[in-house]
Amino acid sequence: MSDPQTFMPSTETLFERVGDNTMIVNMGPQHPSTHGVLRIILELEGETIVNLECVIGYLHTGMEKEAEYQQYLKCVTMTDRMDYLAANSNNLAHALSIEQLLDIEIPPRGQALRVLLTELSRIASHCVWLGTHALDLGAMTPFFWIFREREKILDMFEMFSGVRMMPSWIVPGGLRGDMPEGFEEKLRAFIKEFPAALGECEDLLVDNPIWKERTMNVGTISGDLCMNLGLSGPIIRASGVAWDLRKSNPYSGYENYDFAIPVGHHGDVYDRFIVRLAEMRESLKIIEQVIDGLPEGSWSSSDRKVVPPPRAELDNSMESLIHHFKLWTEGYHPPVGESYVGIEGPKGEIGWYIVSDGSNRPYRWHVRPPSLVNLQALKHMCMGRMIADVVAIIGSIDIVLGEIDR
Amino acid sequence: MQTLERAEIQRVGAEFGDALIKVKAFRDNLFLCVDKARLRDVAMFLRDDPEFEYTQFSDCTCCDYSKWEHERDLPQRFEVIYNLYSIRNASRIFLKVGVDDGETTPSLIPVFIGAEYSEREVWDLFGVVFEGHPALKRFLLPDDWVGFPLRKEVPLGGEDVDFAHGDRGPAVEDLSMPHAGESFEGKTGSEDVSGR
Repeated sequence: MSDPQTFMPSTETLFERVGDNTMIVNMGPQHPSTHGVLRIILELEGETIVNLECVIGYLHTGMEKEAEYQQYLKCVTMTDRMDYLAANSNNLAHALSIEQLLDIEIPPRGQALRVLLTELSRIASHCVWLGTHALDLGAMTPFFWIFREREKILDMFEMFSGVRMMPSWIVPGGLRGDMPEGFEEKLRAFIKEFPAALGECEDLLVDNPIWKERTMNVGTISGDLCMNLGLSGPIIRASGVAWDLRKSNPYSGYENYDFAIPVGHHGDVYDRFIVRLAEMRESLKIIEQVIDGLPEGSWSSSDRKVVPPPRAELDNSMESLIHHFKLWTEGYHPPVGESYVGIEGPKGEIGWYIVSDGSNRPYRWHVRPPSLVNLQALKHMCMGRMIADVVAIIGSIDIVLGEIDR
Repeated sequence: MQTLERAEIQRVGAEFGDALIKVKAFRDNLFLCVDKARLRDVAMFLRDDPEFEYTQFSDCTCCDYSKWEHERDLPQRFEVIYNLYSIRNASRIFLKVGVDDGETTPSLIPVFIGAEYSEREVWDLFGVVFEGHPALKRFLLPDDWVGFPLRKEVPLGGEDVDFAHGDRGPAVEDLSMPHAGESFEGKTGSEDVSGR
């Protein structure tokens, strides 16, 4: 290990029994269908995959170490950049974990807006998945059609926060601000238009014989293996395990909304495709319920040790000024302890494990990334399949390398 | 210290006796600190017991407590934390084992194959060796990386950067030097970078 030369794995020396009748093929990290910088080394016998290894780390930026150097509030922006396709889910998981440490409650309006933002994020993330997954398998049109819809969601995020992909709008203690003027009309228009737009894409794929040929009975995985591997999200549900953290351990008031958990039967690429499509419609149902019954009141906690006072208060309250100053310079000090809250992100269970030593910076800040754990399934799904199936299977796992490498 | 009424505490305590070193409840989470020699047995018990069915492996992570100034759960330097979930009961449980520098801890792969990547990541970032793990190779870090960056002795900033040919210098670009065929002689080397 001390000599770097002997420690470097190369494609030639990675597998021990290379040589007989097998061939090593390197895929990535610049391969367009690996959804980022995933490198896969395949061992092939003819065109059949007999072994496979994922090489990751090309995007590693040491965020978990960096967080130990930052105040809690400043860690929020790093969470967006992990799963950059569903930044709001990351923000929420991070905020909930810190709120568990601080032991504070968020008012109903804040919780409802959080649900609204994360469900919009889920749809946006699934839109990217649908577009790229179809593109990988040669269907060009859904990519353009569904990205048009995603654009509308990003526009709405921009209305909220001024940022399209990394809003950082959900922070420990609530949100950074209330729902903006004119947002509701835009959202209602989206709720009205989206099912038809999604239906257009569905029409292209769901009964398409080429699509079925490429996806049915490809990459099959059983529910028991899913659990043992730790898979979560649409993958485990497509294998017949009806487990959704929004139902089993509700957070942010998910118990108040009426929605179904789509479950598949075969656990193949096609089922995962169907489950995600159905999830988008369920998310839309949740969003509609949120906007119909949006409670009045404050959107963030009134605990001035965590949430800064409104700007107007600073002019006539000395105490508010002190709170404001202390919060933006020193931050807050959660009590000594450790916390973990897992939420149902678009890709699976995402949660933050945070250890606090009572200072204003986390002692340990660890994310449980759904993509990394789900990636373990790739090997089990690809064994014995053809090389062309790898592309379909990666697409169906729906990975984001920003989250895997962090 | 809060108390949580959970059947796991009694059952694991009755089954494993002294191997259950400490039970800790914080907020809604339950942490069982177990003897690492019995870790696999405890995990298997929780997985297979029809009352609990902790069949879902969620996560494995680690924390270096070498700069910790408060009360500890376990005396060792590192705590490896396993996060298991029971879909049947919708409950979560954490198993903790303590590992000292230079010691090994049994890998949980025989019980949950999903532990492979998480344990490999812990080895990569902390240097905790998992006995029986098939591939303790660099994972997130480059293959020629030396050291384990999430250990507390690694500074949070102002680190020297290794350049080619063994030269070291601060991670600040010197515009007075040419880019191609550069030499970093005359740089401040390991002096503190301001502002850190």
